[in-house]
Amino acid sequence: MSEAMETVYERPHALLPVVTNYCPGCAHGIVNRLVAEVLDELDVEGRAIGVAPVGCSVMAYDFFGCDMIEAAHGRAPAVATAVKRVHPDGVVFAYQGDGDLASIGMAETVHAATRGENITVIFINNAIYGMTGGQMAPTSLPNQVTQTSPFGRNVDTDGYPIRVCELLSTLDGVAYLERVTVDSPKNVRKAKKAIKRAFQNQMDGLGYSLVEVASTCPTNWGMSPADAFAWMGENMLPYYPLGVYKDVVADGFASAAEAAAARSAACPIAHPENAEGECA
Amino acid sequence: MAPANDKVLMKGNEALAEAAMRAGCRFFFGYPITPQTELAAYMAKHMPGRGGTYLQAESEVAAINMVYGASAAGARVMTSSSSPGISLKTEGISYMAGADLPGVIINVQRGGPGLGGIQPSQSDYWQATRALGHGDFQVVVLAPSTVQEMADLAYEAFDLADKYRTPVMILADGMLGQMMEPVVLPDERSLDSLPEKPWATVGHGHKRAHNVVNSLYLTAEELERLNIERYERYAAIERDEQRAESYLTDDADIVLVAFGGAARIARSAVNLARAEGIKAGLIRPVTLWPFPADAIEPVAERGARFLTVEMNMGQMVDDVRLAVNGRAPVAFYGRTGGVIPSPEEVLDQIRALDAEGGDAA
Repeated sequence: MSEAMETVYERPHALLPVVTNYCPGCAHGIVNRLVAEVLDELDVEGRAIGVAPVGCSVMAYDFFGCDMIEAAHGRAPAVATAVKRVHPDGVVFAYQGDGDLASIGMAETVHAATRGENITVIFINNAIYGMTGGQMAPTSLPNQVTQTSPFGRNVDTDGYPIRVCELLSTLDGVAYLERVTVDSPKNVRKAKKAIKRAFQNQMDGLGYSLVEVASTCPTNWGMSPADAFAWMGENMLPYYPLGVYKDVVADGFASAAEAAAARSAACPIAHPENAEGECA
Repeated sequence: MAPANDKVLMKGNEALAEAAMRAGCRFFFGYPITPQTELAAYMAKHMPGRGGTYLQAESEVAAINMVYGASAAGARVMTSSSSPGISLKTEGISYMAGADLPGVIINVQRGGPGLGGIQPSQSDYWQATRALGHGDFQVVVLAPSTVQEMADLAYEAFDLADKYRTPVMILADGMLGQMMEPVVLPDERSLDSLPEKPWATVGHGHKRAHNVVNSLYLTAEELERLNIERYERYAAIERDEQRAESYLTDDADIVLVAFGGAARIARSAVNLARAEGIKAGLIRPVTLWPFPADAIEPVAERGARFLTVEMNMGQMVDDVRLAVNGRAPVAFYGRTGGVIPSPEEVLDQIRALDAEGGDAA
């Protein structure tokens, strides 16, 4: 038996052998690993440049083995935009949480998406600000108790949660949006497939791709990891349904640009190639 | 585009843009604001032909964070704005300083505070030299006073930024940005001649450990150590990079101190005073940080009296007083809100000081 030993599980090369700062039961550890596995499988660690956010994954620059940049709060899409413009052959990804991506960084998120920046965004939505100790997030659910919504999120005064995939799905620069979760081996496999797709899209030049991972925060939700995943399944997934929200390839287009061109077909100024008597 | 070394007539804002591209800048991220408009427009028109990127960002905040990203990725990069927009950029400038990233930021100043006005002003002196963001840091600040100097300093700013791994600000104003003057443009830099940046995040290619561009240090002692190291670099900048122009100061009894657009007016006032027999002179700081105290100290030492002239309520005068350090009286004259003082107004101030004679000293 010892002669036939086969390695079936090991640390991905793109994940450094360091201890993370994530709490026990946190989904960040799983998703960090999935991103690293994808970097390995696509063999792009050497030309990957990651952008870490402000939030619980702020120190992801110490965990990923590729070159890494730490961005200001919410600005990862702007930073990633510029890195990709400087290195079009690089594989550029931003890794962000809900406060970072959907609150302070919403302008950067929407505009990077609508520009069709050819980058990959991994979005961890755990409906709370984890790093600062559990404040209400743009994705906190109605009536969810947090440190800054101690009586529960009151939608009359605090407004409604933002569904990021649904919001971004209207934008022409977007190639691919999928919401996944990591609460079971089956869903972890689906999440990895989505993440791999989001990276492959970038390498194929399809446009902006984002994968939202519905996640948990056992520490700030005040639950065990198992209870947290159960709460997420009961409360978050009905509000944030899993699934593909945009996929230009499945819609029959070669890229976000081609899908956008079809959508604007009736607009003459967007299609100078159709003008009669004019050179292209 | 004119051949190098030909004299051409250009707006100051355009000279800044053209010189930056000749210095090897191939990435520009901006957001519309008056009175820097021509700079961004020139970049938008001419950057593509050089194979560069002009990108209009969604905000000043995004623009400066794009500068942060492009710089981290090893590129020569620039952004430009005017006073209210610079306030928004201070977040990114602080992060650049904390991550030791080079980059060039142009401020074509207008009147403030708030939305202020769109006429020329120098009221961001304190912001530029004291507080371009939170935390312990300085930014090299260059102050052109002619269109030629707009080109020359924009060109040099990239070398200073790369040499010291720091953001560099060019503090211009709406007058310098909008005026046209003849300018001899600097030579086009070959991109191959630009300095190596082994720290940049360009993809490690499995040939080295990963590079990290970062400004977060949770251990207080480590952050203190890095700040002290950065201040050692600042000390070298203060020692080696002070620049000022002295005009008729050798025998001057009254020495004006003025920078940028105000220095043009002050120089005219000095000439008018000399024509009346008043021994006036001018020290024009070209670097605002490091402040050229070395040019002021010997003049203060021999007892000349100072008159600081600014287009604000009195900001650089603090640095003049620090450099003079009580050795001579320092007066101030300024107009603010976008009002440009006339040489005759300044001459009146010189006359008044002259009438006081040595009494004030």
